[in-house]
Amino acid sequence: MTIENLKYRFDNGTTTRGVTAIVGVLGSGNLEVLVEPAALGGACEIEVKTAANGFGAIWHAVMKDFFARHRVGDIRVSVNDAGATPAIVSLRLDQAIETYLAQGRTKK
Amino acid sequence: MQKPTEKIWDYERQRRNRKLERAASALGASLRDKVVPADMAVQLLEAVIAPGDRVCLEGDNQKQADFLAKSLTQIDPAKVNRLHMLQSVLALPEHLDLYELGIAELLDFSFSGPQAARLARMVGKGQIRIGAIHTYLELFSRYFVDLTPHVALVVAQSADAQGNLYTGPNTEDTPAIVEATAFKNGIVIAQVNELVDKVPRVDIPGDWVNFVIPSPRPHFIEPLFTRDPAQISEIQVLMAMMAIKGIYAEYGVQRLNHGIGFDTAAIELLLPTYAASLGLKGKICSHWALNPHPTMIPAIEAGFVKSIHSFGSELGMENYIAARPDVFFNGPDGTMRSNRAYSQAAGHYACDLFIGSTLQIDMAGNSSTATLDRISGFGGAPNMGADAAGRRHASPAWLKAGEQRRSQQPGIPRGRKLVVQMVETFREHMQPAFVAELDAWKLAEFASMPIPPVMIYGEDVTHILTEEGIANLLLCANAEEREQAIRGVAGYTEMGLGRDLRMVENLRDRGVIKRAEDMGIDKRDATRDLLAARSIKDLVRASGGLYQPPARFRNW
Repeated sequence: MTIENLKYRFDNGTTTRGVTAIVGVLGSGNLEVLVEPAALGGACEIEVKTAANGFGAIWHAVMKDFFARHRVGDIRVSVNDAGATPAIVSLRLDQAIETYLAQGRTKK
Repeated sequence: MQKPTEKIWDYERQRRNRKLERAASALGASLRDKVVPADMAVQLLEAVIAPGDRVCLEGDNQKQADFLAKSLTQIDPAKVNRLHMLQSVLALPEHLDLYELGIAELLDFSFSGPQAARLARMVGKGQIRIGAIHTYLELFSRYFVDLTPHVALVVAQSADAQGNLYTGPNTEDTPAIVEATAFKNGIVIAQVNELVDKVPRVDIPGDWVNFVIPSPRPHFIEPLFTRDPAQISEIQVLMAMMAIKGIYAEYGVQRLNHGIGFDTAAIELLLPTYAASLGLKGKICSHWALNPHPTMIPAIEAGFVKSIHSFGSELGMENYIAARPDVFFNGPDGTMRSNRAYSQAAGHYACDLFIGSTLQIDMAGNSSTATLDRISGFGGAPNMGADAAGRRHASPAWLKAGEQRRSQQPGIPRGRKLVVQMVETFREHMQPAFVAELDAWKLAEFASMPIPPVMIYGEDVTHILTEEGIANLLLCANAEEREQAIRGVAGYTEMGLGRDLRMVENLRDRGVIKRAEDMGIDKRDATRDLLAARSIKDLVRASGGLYQPPARFRNW
């Protein structure tokens, strides 16, 4: 089984304070999402490791919509995918970013 | 003047009587009253089945006349052949062995779940001829018109020596089959799990039954409607929230039917939690045409449910059902009587909503579970999932749906059934649920079917619900809007990505498409914590120990 590595970068996000967040599990049909702060000049960088090959176009569309929904910059998102559907990917990404931001709001 | 030849008006009865005489001489002293020992089953079948006969072999959604099916494969094809088989469900290998053995040649049926792939291979090789693939109601109806069985091979829980049958909670198809056969010169043979002096109740009167065979083993029965809450995903929770808030509450749906699957199981498990928190108890989901789904237990216990009439029963639910006679249709003996024909009629005419899943939906909203390598049929879904054009009584949900339809297609006031297709945009292995062309077209060509096997026609569908939202097709003005409404909830499938963004946003502004946030649903609330039961063990606990799940569902 080969692992596909996909990388995306979206510019001009809003820098918002947050705290590293990890959601999901690396079980079949699921995925793990890590969101961490990174000095990227306002950009959002996403790296996907997936065992399911050949879905680059769909990943790109999912990530583009994710960035459009939240527009959070200066973050690095790492996705470890075990064959999740786009529905689960979107839900986990939303959960991860909400957790990242919520923790940032409560941080002293 | 020559006397006109006397017309014979009881040819069929004479034919049946000759068969019964043959049976009597074949069985000799082994026949006592109506009871035939199991080791004489093959001789009996060879005596009463003639070549070319229409034979209804009871294969229901759940219970199977498995001993009679096995016995039928053991008859001598030199004596009995070219049979025309009538079956609701093809579930057992024996059901198809009959065609390889040269005993049967023609098949009329409704559903072939576990045998769908083999059936497709055999059709491809020309080993089997299919008359038609029916819905359940359609097939039962034809038993009373032009497909009346010459011989019916049915299954019951117990019998007495006079042939009175007790079916137990899984009455299912038996009454429809036996009535058609017994009243039109046919012969009825029942396999039973036990012989008793007195049956707990008479489900089939003994004078409609010719022979009773105590089978060596209890009949096979499949717990088809048990869904383990542990396997319900957060996406399914989210979709269930949208169904409850965006459709059930919106229309005030009080009478409904759910298809099988984890999508609808999630809805059932959200009734006592999410729906109750919205103040919907008593306002939605009071009356059901439904198998006794174990995932209904928490909703029943919470007082959400007033009545449930069932197509069949469900293994393990017997004691729970018996202890809830206000909800289920239980006999004077205390156990439930189901009836597929009546429950299908109830689902078609008396329910305001059907919701179920499918494998593929095209851009006109037609849906099908047919794929090229499987001939599965659709069972009852086409009757549940169709607007009942013959319906005349009104209800608030039915009227509101009709009003929405008339906002786009003016006409005389009438209602409309709500037919909801609930799917994730991608199934497992990234198979898209939304397609440009249904596989049904290819299957129709491959199997020389007169029409593509569509489960639910687009014109009958009112809502499509995915993780991306709800498309209300009642509010679409034309085919183009309809297509964009469907694409607008088709997610990242090729069909979804091909949407006209501007039109979809416009449809959303008009409320034709609703996203979770448009319904006031926060996606972060969509967690498994919302489920009223998160495991089979939780269901057992909710039932106060009355639900006794089959071993395969016990992991404690």
